[in-house]
Amino acid sequence: MAGENNHIVAEVAARILADLADPHTINRAKDERWKETLWHALDEAGLPLAWVPEELNGSDATLADGFAILGVAGRFALAVPLAETMIAGWLLTRAGLLAPTGPMTAAPVRPHDRIEVHQDGTLSGSAFAVPFARSSRHIVVLAEDSNGAVIALVETRSCQLSEGQNLAGDPTNVVTFQRVKPLRSGPAPAGFDRSSLMLMGSTIRSVQTAGALEAMLSLSVAYANERVAFERPIAKFQAVQQNLARLAGEVAAALAAAGSAADTIAQAGLFDDAVVLEAASAKIRTAEAATEGSSIAHQVFGAIGFTKEHALHRFTLRALSWRDEFGNESYWAAELGKQIARRGADEFWPLVASR
Amino acid sequence: MTTNLYFEPIRLPAECEALRAEVRAFLAQEIAAGTFDPHRPGHGDSHNQAFSRRVGAKGWIGMNWPRKYGGHERSFLERYVVTEEFRVANAPVRLHFVADRQSGPILLKYAPEHVKMDILPRICRGELCFVIGMSEPGSGSDLFAAKARATKADGGWRINGSKIWTSNAHIADYMLGLFRTSAPTKENRRHGLTQFLVDMKTPGITVNPIIQMTGQHDFNEVVFEDAFVPDDYVMGEIDGAWKQATSELAYERSGPERFLETFYVLLELIRALGPEPDVRSAEGLGRLVAQLHTLRRMSVSVAGMLQAGREPLVEGSIVKDLGTIWEQKLPHRVRELTAFLAPDITNRTSLEEQLAFATTVAPKLTIQGGTTEILRGIIARGLGLR
Repeated sequence: MAGENNHIVAEVAARILADLADPHTINRAKDERWKETLWHALDEAGLPLAWVPEELNGSDATLADGFAILGVAGRFALAVPLAETMIAGWLLTRAGLLAPTGPMTAAPVRPHDRIEVHQDGTLSGSAFAVPFARSSRHIVVLAEDSNGAVIALVETRSCQLSEGQNLAGDPTNVVTFQRVKPLRSGPAPAGFDRSSLMLMGSTIRSVQTAGALEAMLSLSVAYANERVAFERPIAKFQAVQQNLARLAGEVAAALAAAGSAADTIAQAGLFDDAVVLEAASAKIRTAEAATEGSSIAHQVFGAIGFTKEHALHRFTLRALSWRDEFGNESYWAAELGKQIARRGADEFWPLVASR
Repeated sequence: MTTNLYFEPIRLPAECEALRAEVRAFLAQEIAAGTFDPHRPGHGDSHNQAFSRRVGAKGWIGMNWPRKYGGHERSFLERYVVTEEFRVANAPVRLHFVADRQSGPILLKYAPEHVKMDILPRICRGELCFVIGMSEPGSGSDLFAAKARATKADGGWRINGSKIWTSNAHIADYMLGLFRTSAPTKENRRHGLTQFLVDMKTPGITVNPIIQMTGQHDFNEVVFEDAFVPDDYVMGEIDGAWKQATSELAYERSGPERFLETFYVLLELIRALGPEPDVRSAEGLGRLVAQLHTLRRMSVSVAGMLQAGREPLVEGSIVKDLGTIWEQKLPHRVRELTAFLAPDITNRTSLEEQLAFATTVAPKLTIQGGTTEILRGIIARGLGLR
């Protein structure tokens, strides 16, 4: 992330990840024990509950600090639920609920999934493709009752979970709630709804995707300079240079869009039209960049990048999976298009120029 | 060489928003007075002496130049606001725009004091039009193959040869041109070119019009036959123009004019779709909006870096690469998205006229001011690939 040097917590995150989650090292790991060591270190540093204030059991980092941590996590294609625990903690805090320890995730992540609160306070409904649900001790649910949105903390073991993985092999599960009794719950603040959660989640995924794209670019450039074909490094071929320049363009667009959306959410009090423009644009543009960028990176690497043994897939497949969480680019494009159409042509440029 | 791209989320400061309101009021007044029609594409490409003088009187030319040369010592971000508002309104800025964007800054850097005092205040008043003389019939993107020659004479230089694709040459007062003063060396093929300021009224200069495929007259061929240029019109180091060329590129390439040139068709699309578009149209519109917003945020970020005194050559080239491809594809996307609209939409004629214009203009957008291929070469160099 741009300007990350100002964020000491992001430097802490980068040091921990370089030591314990180097993508090339863990890609060769025989089992998943590294995840436990890593989570312990992240937890010690207070990163998973970065967005929770001290009085609610967190480490009280700013939103901007948190986004900087997530940019670093993206650059490492992190495969533990740090981002998920962060958004879950952020969601709990909206309702002033105390955060538990251990990994968490948030639900729903698909815009049309609805979870209902019964009069007795129990929850019913299902949430599709919830990331890391199976690795989480708790799930923070944004549910709805007749008065509006309710934020509830539930134990994962009180829900039904499907088997399932995303493209990169990280757990992604359908979570079904059948009269699940929350540990605690409270009303969401006025104006906060599912769309607010989707906008926040989209911005988080955008920031991670931009980070993963940065890593794809530096890996691809390094490889193009090393790999010799036709008696010279492939970096010397114009066709390869043009491809890498296009990849740099996609990385740049992703960084700018995600950075701008993160900055907007860090400054904004509420989720208004400007936040929709920023966060939806970031999700759309970073998803497009993930599609385009990952195919260019794979093209540069050729067959070796298509192997399990090579770490490239850790970045490309996560970036491709993240497109689908908290509203994919088609969903947000339709939402944004509807908003712009409703405002009308004369109000369009003033909105763009106000950012 | 680095793969670390940097796009800080710069926001325009409060003084920019006050200025924006002032610019919009001025443009509304000009439109009301009939100076130009914001719905007529191509107007942004036209020149209007009286309009440029009124813009100068507002203090919106040479905005960030020193006061002693007629400038206004405002920030690069304030200039950004003026540029984007004028572009979106399709205002006729062609007369002063090149001088404001790139010729003035070169004079500021390399011209002798008395030349600066003579010319820069006139640019700021909107009185002068500049033309860039780089391409030749035998050299375009390959700038350093230029052959038009300047030979030393008593008190100055004699120029012979020709420049081509020179926008504005038929109305320009001055050219900033690149001319060969020595042969290239074995070690450095870029050696031997010098930048000159040329008064277009000089005897020995002929301007031949070249009509573009849009029907517009913008390009020209400029032929030099023993045209005399005095010594004090040499800009910078003799034979060393190549050292001077690159630092200005980020200014030239990252501005809002690099993605807003066909913006009017997006407005027509929004008008045509109405307040409740179907999901296909809404999705198509939303993507275009997201892409435009992202380009603008990138461009503003580069403007912020320039304001901070950095030289974001790679980032600036990326903005032009992505921006020009986007504005080139825009009319084609709009055409697809309006394909199923009811025949009775209110802005049908205007939509079709503007689409036709944008479609014919589109091919030049990725050629002018540095082709896509050249830009990607610069980006590749920045990445450490060459």
